[in-house]
Amino acid sequence: MLRIEKLSASYGEARVLRDVSLTVARGEVVTLVGRNGAGKSTLLRCVMGLHDSQRGTVELDGRDISRLPAHRRARLGLGWVPDDRGSYATLTVTEHLTLPPTVGPDPWSLDRIYEAFPALHTRRTSAATMLSGGEQQMLALARVLRMGARLLLCDEPTEGLSPLLVQQVGDILRQAKQHGVTVLLVEQNLHFATGVADRHYLLAEGEIVSALDNTEVHSRERELLSYLGI
Amino acid sequence: MTGFLQNTFNGLVSGAFYALLALGLAVIFGMLRVVNFAHGAFYMLGAFGAYVLLAEAGVPFWWALVIMPVGLGLLGMALERAFIHRLTRLDPLYNFLLTFGLTLILQDLVKGEYGVRSSPYAAPAELNGSVDLGLFDFPTYRVFILGFAVCVCVGVWWLLGHTRVGMVVRAATERPELTRAFGINVGRWVTPVFGFGIALAALAGVLAAPMRAVNPLMGADLIIVVFAVVVIGGLGSIFGSVAAGFGIGLIQAWGEAYAPAILAQTLVFIVMAAVLLWRPAGLFGREEAPA
Repeated sequence: MLRIEKLSASYGEARVLRDVSLTVARGEVVTLVGRNGAGKSTLLRCVMGLHDSQRGTVELDGRDISRLPAHRRARLGLGWVPDDRGSYATLTVTEHLTLPPTVGPDPWSLDRIYEAFPALHTRRTSAATMLSGGEQQMLALARVLRMGARLLLCDEPTEGLSPLLVQQVGDILRQAKQHGVTVLLVEQNLHFATGVADRHYLLAEGEIVSALDNTEVHSRERELLSYLGI
Repeated sequence: MTGFLQNTFNGLVSGAFYALLALGLAVIFGMLRVVNFAHGAFYMLGAFGAYVLLAEAGVPFWWALVIMPVGLGLLGMALERAFIHRLTRLDPLYNFLLTFGLTLILQDLVKGEYGVRSSPYAAPAELNGSVDLGLFDFPTYRVFILGFAVCVCVGVWWLLGHTRVGMVVRAATERPELTRAFGINVGRWVTPVFGFGIALAALAGVLAAPMRAVNPLMGADLIIVVFAVVVIGGLGSIFGSVAAGFGIGLIQAWGEAYAPAILAQTLVFIVMAAVLLWRPAGLFGREEAPA
């Protein structure tokens, strides 16, 4: 579904990604783990088309999308869940959900969204920035489900959430996966990562240093945790 | 009492012009992050266009009220495509140079053709005379301007708040990059929004023609106060620009009536300085998030 080939990116003089190559198959949930500053968010931004200076190719379903602007990529089925949750102060909850066009074969209806996220229904006419952090995270996920995005790019969706909400985010991602949605997930929480993902890439200083499956993560958990500095 | 009400009413009428101009500037700044110093020139072109249409082609006021905003809006769109859009990646200094340069060019083109004397423009016959407002009579044309401007401001507010186009403009104004990531071609909306802002300036110009002296410098005189209005309201804030527009109109009118002459002239800028000290982003502005 997604193939990244020799992707490099920089901020000014500083290179943050070096020749990163990875693949994510359809229906897979794959995480990117790594310390702060390892380049995880930049990688997602490159896939989304929001990072200006980049080299290498990004392919979606065999089509090179490296030169496409962000809005065209979104229309091909990419759904971005940004690390700051991407809330607008000037849009209501409902407007957040209806702003993006539907882009995939299976967009959720507003009714279905509100059934799955009753908290959003009660706050539907509020400005999104008035919501709690957890509610804003739910809104960010609900938005890409409503679009019917086929590939979700989730940037630390569990950061700062209570354990109960983390579990809820996990449920949503597993549900999406069951419906054939593919997920590329940036995550620091190893426990959460192994709970939802099939495979993991460990990113360090802009390079992929290892590719791990769940059993490897479990057996090397202590080493990984100390590596991540948690 | 009657005198006070009359001053108040006059203040609201001048405020209506400030509000229409500030509204256009706010819409443009929100979407393009460009401060359009040429706004006053488009106001002047609106008034001058109405005058030329009537004097040379016999086109009445009501038609000018449609033709000038549409025509100048289209010209604005063409200028945006040709020049303004190049500013997005440049230092803000170029924003000033380009739009101010545009002002000088437009002003001098009109000056070269018609000179600097003021041209009279008669209000349409339907709007001559005065309306009895209970305590005093007030010129019909001024009542019309106030009502019309309020309708336009409310209409724009409604458009932004309750339509899909308005939602897209709000989203693109607040977070352009995020909005692109959700499948919206923000760039496609920039040109029409610029044209719309210019159309509002042109509209204000046509409305001003029967009331104020039509001359090539009429915009330059007005725009300085309008910038004070925009700064007080909060750059880019729609509500702030309209509220500050009417507010400054009132303050000016009261100042001229009751304050010593020297103070009346500078009152607007004293208010601006005070507001900036108290709220650097303006009354209704949001602090810009670091890019």
